Amino acid sequence: MNFYNSVNFPINFNNHQDISESSDIIKHFHTPITTATSVLGIAFNNGVIISADILGSYGSLARFKNFSRILQANKNTLLGVGGDIADFQYLKELIQGKMIGEECLEDDIPLKPASLLCWLTRVMYNRRSKIDPLWNNILVAGIQDGKPYLGFIDKLGTAVEDKLIATGYGAYIAIPLLRDALEKKPDLNKQEAEELMKKCMEILYYRDARSFNKYELAILTTEGTEFKGPIEIKANWSISNDVCGYE
Amino acid sequence: MSSIGTGYDLSASQFSPDGRVFQVEYAQKAVENSGTAVALRGKDGVVFAVEKLVTSKLYEPGTNKRIFTIDKHVGMAVAGLIADARQLAETARSEAATYRSQYGNQIPLKYLNDRVSMYIHAYTLYSAVRPFGSSLILGTYDKNDGSEMYMIDPSGISYGYFGCAIGKAKQAAKTEIEKLKLADMTCSELIKEAARIIYLVHDELKDKYFELELSWVGKHTNGIHEKVPPHVQEEVEKSAKAALEEESDSDEDI
Repeated sequence: MNFYNSVNFPINFNNHQDISESSDIIKHFHTPITTATSVLGIAFNNGVIISADILGSYGSLARFKNFSRILQANKNTLLGVGGDIADFQYLKELIQGKMIGEECLEDDIPLKPASLLCWLTRVMYNRRSKIDPLWNNILVAGIQDGKPYLGFIDKLGTAVEDKLIATGYGAYIAIPLLRDALEKKPDLNKQEAEELMKKCMEILYYRDARSFNKYELAILTTEGTEFKGPIEIKANWSISNDVCGYE
Repeated sequence: MSSIGTGYDLSASQFSPDGRVFQVEYAQKAVENSGTAVALRGKDGVVFAVEKLVTSKLYEPGTNKRIFTIDKHVGMAVAGLIADARQLAETARSEAATYRSQYGNQIPLKYLNDRVSMYIHAYTLYSAVRPFGSSLILGTYDKNDGSEMYMIDPSGISYGYFGCAIGKAKQAAKTEIEKLKLADMTCSELIKEAARIIYLVHDELKDKYFELELSWVGKHTNGIHEKVPPHVQEEVEKSAKAALEEESDSDEDI
């Protein structure tokens, strides 16, 4: 029996009909339902900046319009998460539990961003090996041994470190912009990084149909963490009437 | 001891003819051999102070701590067998973590105390296990519920306290605690008193070296349990030593 097709859901949950329609194969994985789009991160001269909008989409419906998905793991680590929101909430509790466990040790050895990233790859890889991945992209940003650190994990447990990272739709739209800016000036300062980030978020809002006009920024430097937002994008759609195919 | 040789003290699952469980009493004796731990509950938090006896100069400082963090908001001071206490800390931590994951809130101390008490009590019921040789003091502070503190002994019994002491000098410490107006005092006052009491009850002749462990949870730490910052530790130790000198000077005058 195909449950999903008998109910009138606004989105197509079942992208794997050929498997689930066969009665002797049991489906052990899920697909994302309520989702969040891109997360961007830039490592600049003395810190990192990450940003993500605050929308939870239910298919193409803008369902939750004040949903924060940037969190601070500890003093020197920030996380930005995209993808399935239920899985994000599970991950959030898991990470917070991990951080409490770390604090209980009272050894004055804070968990470093690269260690948290490594641990998260194990979490993600374990789940993908059960063929039931946590459907998220995780951006880990922080200060590692006094230097800015930026890393990324996908739902399969693949880990990447880079000076600039964009997930989801941002990987297509924002990465070329970020690379271009960093080629012109490899050693950005905080203000330049923030401006670049704001520009990228604005362009993503125009291009990505699952994005939102409100987003959050988090900046972590050796001096501490700064949360900004929700920042509202004042969009100008007047040009849209001239675009071929728009209405 | 009258219990020895009677045959009733070998198992935790057998009463003696006069209605006692000797294994539990032995466990309580183990607690009384340990360095003293005191905890004071004031109007804006709970402070813990432990006299951690150091039996050899060759040990590294700071090992075998006797104050634990159970969850962000809960602190625990122990007396007795440290290894037993560590297992109880682990039990308490998993209890607190389970509560968090199930209810999305931090565990109320009353509930945590009940769970840990029940766990300790279960180890006084069967012949295959021995009771835990340690007593625990649990403390927390919450914006809405204020400060709370409980003490659990090896029998699994627990009471709520304003001030309590466990370990070898518990009697002397309790007499000192009773002189304080605990309900009106703040953490910064209490930490001084707690340190002073530990220094006062420490027996220089029997146990030469000790480390003073201090921690607190209160309004000023935002309800988070943490060890006191180094500068406070230093200041408090200094004033405790000064208070002790003053006391011995006035004794001489008499």
